[in-house]
Amino acid sequence: MNMNIDVMLLVLIILGALWTVMGRSLLKATIALAVTSALVSLVIFRLNSPLAAVFELSVCAGLITAIFVSAISMMRPLTHQEVLAISKARVKRYRYLPVVLVIIGIALILMKARQDFMIMPPPPFSTDVRSLLWNLRRLDLIGQVVILIAGALGIVILFEEKKQNDK
Amino acid sequence: MPSLLILIPLFGVIILNLFFAASPRAKKYAFWAAFCLFILQMLVAIFHHPAFWNNSLDRVDAFFNASFLIDHLSFVMFLCIGMVSIASLFVARYTMSDDTGMFKFINLLIIASLGMTGIVMVKDVFSLYVFMEITAVASFLLIAFPRTLDSLEGSFKYLMLSAVATVLMLTSIGILLIVSGSTSFSAIANGIAESRNSSLITFAIGLFMCGLFIKGGLMPFHGWLPDAYSAAPAPVSVLLAGVVTKAAGIYTMIRIVTSLFPFDTAINGVLMLIGTISIFAGALTAIAQNNFKRMLAYSSISQVGYIILGLGAGTGLGIAGAVFHLFNHSVFKSLLFVNSSAVEKETGTCDMDKMGGLAQKMPVTGATSVIAMLSACGVPPLAGFWSKIMIVIALWQASHHGYAVAAVLASIITLAYFLSLQRRVFFGKLRAGFEGLKEANKTVVTVSIALAVITIGAGVFFPIIFYALILPVKEILLR
Repeated sequence: MNMNIDVMLLVLIILGALWTVMGRSLLKATIALAVTSALVSLVIFRLNSPLAAVFELSVCAGLITAIFVSAISMMRPLTHQEVLAISKARVKRYRYLPVVLVIIGIALILMKARQDFMIMPPPPFSTDVRSLLWNLRRLDLIGQVVILIAGALGIVILFEEKKQNDK
Repeated sequence: MPSLLILIPLFGVIILNLFFAASPRAKKYAFWAAFCLFILQMLVAIFHHPAFWNNSLDRVDAFFNASFLIDHLSFVMFLCIGMVSIASLFVARYTMSDDTGMFKFINLLIIASLGMTGIVMVKDVFSLYVFMEITAVASFLLIAFPRTLDSLEGSFKYLMLSAVATVLMLTSIGILLIVSGSTSFSAIANGIAESRNSSLITFAIGLFMCGLFIKGGLMPFHGWLPDAYSAAPAPVSVLLAGVVTKAAGIYTMIRIVTSLFPFDTAINGVLMLIGTISIFAGALTAIAQNNFKRMLAYSSISQVGYIILGLGAGTGLGIAGAVFHLFNHSVFKSLLFVNSSAVEKETGTCDMDKMGGLAQKMPVTGATSVIAMLSACGVPPLAGFWSKIMIVIALWQASHHGYAVAAVLASIITLAYFLSLQRRVFFGKLRAGFEGLKEANKTVVTVSIALAVITIGAGVFFPIIFYALILPVKEILLR
């Protein structure tokens, strides 16, 4: 039963991801992305990582969707003809994708993944995510801070220049 | 104390933006802050004094809660990062007229340098990934900096292929985490050793290496590189070609295959094959180019192939040769890109068909480009000769005679495209319209001369550099 739920969730994630990249409008693609993220957070929850699931749900499905929607609201909506043309081109470009997915799936089933490896025990540390993040991965957190600063600088550079060009 | 190499630039960028961004002298402060930072990095790498590298700053290190992996390979990389960043900084001063733009550029340059420094210091694959992302994000922004159609396209291509590389590496890290229980280098090495012939681990190793091939711009994973190099502004081309692909792709490859993965005949075979393909395909494609910077981009693919070929030899000498060629390539390719920036700035074009006889008007640029070219072709006694001969000898000693012969033959193709470049750009009759052309300003001329002196000095004083800096690198095999 549990296995069936996992398989169902994975299939839904793939469908959500396909909907995201194949969708006709940006807004629908954003909604599809949010749905995919919500499904991923369900999988993470089922893997006994409730805090990571909450992060995924709040940041990826919530915050990022809000940012995308606000950005899309500032753009000129496409005409019906433009949407059709984009949709047609996209279907043409990705028409082999389902075939490739099916072939990979069949190949994986035929190969039957063997467990020919040993799983080493993790080093003894707290399983609390907060303790892991703040005590053991502090260097990575500092790295994330640097990425945020770079992102902020990037926004300033790209958008300020745009403003000057518009003038 | 090594943690200072991450903390100083981080707080430097924060302080610059909080307190100096609004100042009319912001550009000047940022320039000298970055210059001092890069010089400091070079000095601690050259003298590698134990007082700096081995002493711990209790509170700072406790705050980081991380230990670093620093050896002679790291020192060579620190040196390259500092040297090329300074070259990029001076080229930016020469080519960028907008003070506000320059201030932001310097901030991104410091962040890119911080990212590369982190890559060179960490001993955990996830931290490695984080610092690779810092370098990549800063690089995307630096390439897109002028916001022209070409630069945005180049940046977008790099972003997309870099994302593919990231997915491949993260998948690999996930598998390795399952097998080894941790993401530290030592735990992964143990985990892989426990399950030597596992197909899943082989799959993970393949994914990681593909990701690094993309980051390093090796053929056939090079799609982003020519567009990014040629569309980026001049100082960014210097940085990308000089050190970004080396730190994110090649250094990581050397570290990973020697410290984590089984450095066996299968991996060596893949490395030598990819290296040889890159050498020949890069060199043959370079011949067909009309754009100065694009030719240099394909030349980079070819020269990086030599580094991977040397690594693939699998011996101490091969690794030492690969690392020395990495250092040499950083120097002579930075020099060639500095030359191209001078030519582009003075003539307003990178199209080699529109140039000719520029050495008459730009004698220093012409002469230093000849030195860089001869080093790239492996002409004695320049530094490039020694690194290439080390790679060839290592291949021959390891009984890879075919690859050794291929490496020598490819040098002839290198000579062919560089001679073509020199003839079309610097020699021959001066093109009409260039009579009033002037040499680049003192800033760029000084950088060109300094890089040319390093190229000649590293060749002439090869024994000193070999024993002090290069040969100790092979100790990574003993770990």
